[in-house]
Amino acid sequence: MSFRFALVGNPNSGKTSLFNEITGNTQYVGNWPGVTVEKKEGRAKKIKDDVKIIDLPGIYSLSPYTLEEIIARDYLVDEKPDVVINIVDATNIERNLYLTTQLVELGLPVVIALNMMDEVEAAKDKIDIDALAKSLGIPIIPTVATKGRGVNELMQKSLQIAQTAAVGSATGKSLNIFNKGIEKYITEAESALAAHLQDIPFNPRWVALKLLEGDLKIIDRLNLPGKLLQEIGQRRDMLEEEYGSDAETIIADARYDFISGIVKKTIERKRSQGALSTSDKIDKVVTNRLLAIPLFLAVMFVVFRITFGALGSFTIDWVDALINGTIAGTINGWLEALGAAEWLHALIIDGILAGLSSILVFVPQIMILFLFLAFLEDSGYMARAAFIMDRLFKRLGLSGKSFIPMLMGFGCSVPAIMATRTLENEKDRRLTIILTPFMSCGAKLPIYALFAGAFFANNQSLVVFSIYLLGIVIAILSGIILRKTVLKGEPTPFLMELPPYRIPTGKGLLIHMWDRGKGFIKKAGTVIFAAAVFIWFFQTFNFSLKMVEDPANSILGVIGRGIAPIFSPLGFGDWKSAVAIFTGLLAKEVVVTTMGILHGLGEVTESSTSLIGAMQTYFTPLKAYAFMAFTLLYMPCIAAFGVIKREMNSWKWTWFAVGFQTAVAWLVAFVIYQVGSLLGF
Amino acid sequence: MARTLKGLKPGEKGIVTKVSGGTATKRRLMDMGITKGAEVLVRKVAPLGDPVEVKVRGYELSLRRADAENVDVELSK
Repeated sequence: MSFRFALVGNPNSGKTSLFNEITGNTQYVGNWPGVTVEKKEGRAKKIKDDVKIIDLPGIYSLSPYTLEEIIARDYLVDEKPDVVINIVDATNIERNLYLTTQLVELGLPVVIALNMMDEVEAAKDKIDIDALAKSLGIPIIPTVATKGRGVNELMQKSLQIAQTAAVGSATGKSLNIFNKGIEKYITEAESALAAHLQDIPFNPRWVALKLLEGDLKIIDRLNLPGKLLQEIGQRRDMLEEEYGSDAETIIADARYDFISGIVKKTIERKRSQGALSTSDKIDKVVTNRLLAIPLFLAVMFVVFRITFGALGSFTIDWVDALINGTIAGTINGWLEALGAAEWLHALIIDGILAGLSSILVFVPQIMILFLFLAFLEDSGYMARAAFIMDRLFKRLGLSGKSFIPMLMGFGCSVPAIMATRTLENEKDRRLTIILTPFMSCGAKLPIYALFAGAFFANNQSLVVFSIYLLGIVIAILSGIILRKTVLKGEPTPFLMELPPYRIPTGKGLLIHMWDRGKGFIKKAGTVIFAAAVFIWFFQTFNFSLKMVEDPANSILGVIGRGIAPIFSPLGFGDWKSAVAIFTGLLAKEVVVTTMGILHGLGEVTESSTSLIGAMQTYFTPLKAYAFMAFTLLYMPCIAAFGVIKREMNSWKWTWFAVGFQTAVAWLVAFVIYQVGSLLGF
Repeated sequence: MARTLKGLKPGEKGIVTKVSGGTATKRRLMDMGITKGAEVLVRKVAPLGDPVEVKVRGYELSLRRADAENVDVELSK
């Protein structure tokens, strides 16, 4: 038999760990239809039956205010999975159950995975699981997803429910969430719907509740007769009058009252509300008034220091020696033995290998950076960073929610721009999309590593750190300017959970790091490989397709010389830099690839600093810094451009965004080079 | 004495009496557990003066003072 289980739960409930634990290496990532929110699916391993696991976005509620909530809700009501696995954080049961009370109303079989039970045990809290399951009317399996505990039992239970189907109808009514007064109106709305059941593909009680709440998304979808809506509208008015509030509030209050009642009866917390846990004690220091900001900067600096310091350089030298030494030497030997043509020899060694090596040397460094980001995120520090820095974002008129996409921007602009979908307000979203590419993405890292290594060998991490800071400062200034001109508007509410500090598991960190970093390796094998071949070709041949001696006369050379004057006032008016900037639009790593090929690294050397040496004849430290600043800020790569277009849903805004970014890049590099020259650097 | 969550100092506790504001703001507050009858303890204020961190329903929530102003509370001990 084949089944579909949907995984639903709050953010920070351990949903990702549970998903990884259930599906192992069978998972694949796609997009939800029509939108850019990531959709993860996988197969349940260790189970004979064919069970597909669908990971729904992390949500706090099924209310239709964010795209994630709408996606999750639409999936549940339209696709009707066989079992809904609701993951509930046992350390934060009250708020987590709020979503549960909404899930059961959909009329689908629900199983609770009561996660993080190890923390409950460590705190010596007591949860009467049987009583809890009984009051909710749904089975509960205690789990510790990070350690794989309870996962088998959870799958067995879910399978059993799927096979017997509809074990007791878990509907909200049987839960007695609402008191008699409210229940009366729900029942009345439900009977009003009875005559239209053929038009309602969902659980009628749930629809009745939604109509009573005045949920516009459901009203739009169902296309029910006006008279019926009017009738239910009257019920809503009566309900609101009787309880002196609006229907949404009355229903939400009732849900929480119901949950508080259950929690009081079934959970015994050892610690009183005001008492400090270890997490609180850590937090006292981390978000301390005086220490918080210096500590934040120190944490970031340490991350950079390690990534770009001795460890980073060691990995670069190691990979460089491997590719340009061992591998190139071996291939060279083969080619000579085979008597390969000169052009083939040049293509493989000077084009492909030189191009790929210029990127692959940075892969370990990128992985180290992502490992740190994963640690900061999984430990709970990232949320504190957002808490500490939110005030600055408010000044930009942005909600602190923009902080998350922007932080992701340090990894890659593509998912970061996709993540702006969590912003409810359109102007906030547009502004965040324009500013996110200023957060230096991982693909730009090789550029800094190359230039900083060549020109600022003694202060490498400091210089790269300053480039990252420059991006942040420019984003802040741009935000203020744009908010006052083209994107005026009110900020939206900012509510964010601060999860307790946790020690991340090694496995979790590695999965997280790999999820983000694998894209670079894939890119090296596809886009960058192709780019390397093209760049080599266009710099080897001229317009009449003859091989040229001097690359300056090649196709790329001619184009490069054509656009180079634009960059002269910025200090890098040579054609090679112009070409590198241009080809960087394919993918930012290609800037380095291009430099590698154009500066002719074909000659296989044992020296690990081959490209760096070649660069030093073309740049001064000041020019190098201006170049780094320009590449930091100018128009993002084609992939990001595509996502900007999709998310902006407007060509006008898309061109405005990239035009603005490029203009800012030119201006900043201009100021750096001109002021720097005046000061005598 | 009637006051809003914004008016509470770190260490002070209040019981929510009413949540107001626009539909989206109100809904967000309620989804995160700030509903009538909930006990809210103000933990601290962020280093730059905003947002504030509160403990509600057993977890830590960060919200801005501007949003906290929509939550009426009754001071409790």
